[in-house]
Amino acid sequence: MNIQDVENLAELARIELTDKEKESILRDMEGILKYVKTIQQVEVGDIRPSANLQNVWREDKIEPREFSRELITRQFPDAQDGFLKVKKIL
Amino acid sequence: MIDLKNLTIEKAHASMKSGEFTCVELLEAYLKNIDLKNKELNAYLEVFADAKEHAEKAQKKFKDGTAELLTGIPFAIKDNILFNGHTASAGSKILENYTATYDSFVVRELKKAGAVIIGRTNMDEFAMGSSTQTSAYGVSRNPYDLSRVPGGSSGGSAIAVAADLSLVSLGTETCGSVREPAAFCGLVGLKPTYGAVSRNGIIAMGNSLDQVSPFGKNVRDTEIIFNFLSKYDPEDSTSVPENFRNKNEGLTSGSPKTIGVPWHLFEKGMDPEVMDNFKQSVEKFEKAGYEIKEIELPFSKYSLEAYYIIMPAEVSTNLARFDGIRYGYSEQGNKEIKNLKEIYTKSRGKGFGQEARRRILLGTYVLSHGYYDAYYNRAIKLREKIKMEIAKTFETVDLIATPTAPMPAFKIGEKLDDPVAMYLCDIFSAPANMSGVPSIALPSGKTKNGLPLSIQFMAPHFCENALFAVGKEFEAIRESE
Repeated sequence: MNIQDVENLAELARIELTDKEKESILRDMEGILKYVKTIQQVEVGDIRPSANLQNVWREDKIEPREFSRELITRQFPDAQDGFLKVKKIL
Repeated sequence: MIDLKNLTIEKAHASMKSGEFTCVELLEAYLKNIDLKNKELNAYLEVFADAKEHAEKAQKKFKDGTAELLTGIPFAIKDNILFNGHTASAGSKILENYTATYDSFVVRELKKAGAVIIGRTNMDEFAMGSSTQTSAYGVSRNPYDLSRVPGGSSGGSAIAVAADLSLVSLGTETCGSVREPAAFCGLVGLKPTYGAVSRNGIIAMGNSLDQVSPFGKNVRDTEIIFNFLSKYDPEDSTSVPENFRNKNEGLTSGSPKTIGVPWHLFEKGMDPEVMDNFKQSVEKFEKAGYEIKEIELPFSKYSLEAYYIIMPAEVSTNLARFDGIRYGYSEQGNKEIKNLKEIYTKSRGKGFGQEARRRILLGTYVLSHGYYDAYYNRAIKLREKIKMEIAKTFETVDLIATPTAPMPAFKIGEKLDDPVAMYLCDIFSAPANMSGVPSIALPSGKTKNGLPLSIQFMAPHFCENALFAVGKEFEAIRESE
């Protein structure tokens, strides 16, 4: 792993990092990956994960919910006429 | 004066029923302790202004005869449990101004019973940590030694009970976040079977692992809370329907009699006092007539390593929702920002702390093209092997015992610069979370410096009763000493 990899990951995860933070994350990631890599020595065979799980279904019907519209919209960082406002996309 | 030190749910209930003290008086006794001690301990991030109102309502229930066991019982809740109209920040700056817009399942149930929620407690940011040092709202302190950590991530909820700032409390576990602080603070902590208690309204870290988990000063209190909260909730898609909850399947007899001990897991990294204490506890069970069997767990041995692939993968997905757009910390008002993407990157860059960023990036890495097979895919296959191994082990033993944590409470500041050293605090917690089985942490003595020590048991899925049985037996053994 190198600084370029950290930058790519930060870009994918939409997190801005300072140069110093990138270096410290790189160091941490190397340590953590070295630790978790040990599982690659374990022979797991061709097992299907979650073989013993079962789906629980429910009817797809609408049920009324009580939410305070005011409490939700009040928390918008930016709003106009009761609508959420965002910056332009491009 | 109410004797808070020795108070239990049942004693409090009896006293409120007989009129010895009221729900309000009980709440006030805890509020007084909070006034005295919270500044130093930092257990609560906020004491809710409406707690007294809830205590008054509870008192009415005693008057009109509709009170139940949890009516008027003071609870502290971890800061990642939603309570409508109250702040829930998950210990993070990115949610510092977030107000919950609905009740979590557990809060809804507690309110129905008339329990009194005193406030929200400090935690590692987004429950990521084993020491409550990664919170954006400062470290919390262990009541047994203020220079030490309380454990984590549910450290605040542990301190609240250990320092008599609440009778009982709720934390959450993803990997040891209740059992480890229970061990460090001398409490009982129960991690229920995955799917037993609804996750609805819990700020998610790792969905396939998270469980709401109670703290108490004794086994019976955690049993009461578990029995009350363990029920099917159609609003949590992984809540287990009642007809799948076979409580006796897996136990070789009605009550637990055989304890498996994976001695091979304790070869290195163990604090000698923890190891001695564990051996003594095992001997006590042997004397009490339990059969102790040596077991081997060659796959479960890698639980923590696999956990640190699966959990970050789920974290990177879960925490994508915190984007500075709809609620929480936002750079929206920053005039220099011209487009949407910068709102995301700057809000998330400033809102998330170091450990959260680390795990988001790690999760993004293990899920990315080219690494997916080597990491995530392999980890979920290994998890299946661990599940099978634990299930197979329970064909020959009723319970599995290990120390709860490999060391007692450590000093504040320790392990912060070494993520892997911090992760290793949960080495014995991981098998239960990865396989979904229930596990309980029980106080088992103290170090020569007076720090609490703890033993942990695992039981088959939905065999919490076996954990309560063995826990009560251990309490009786220790009391008779």
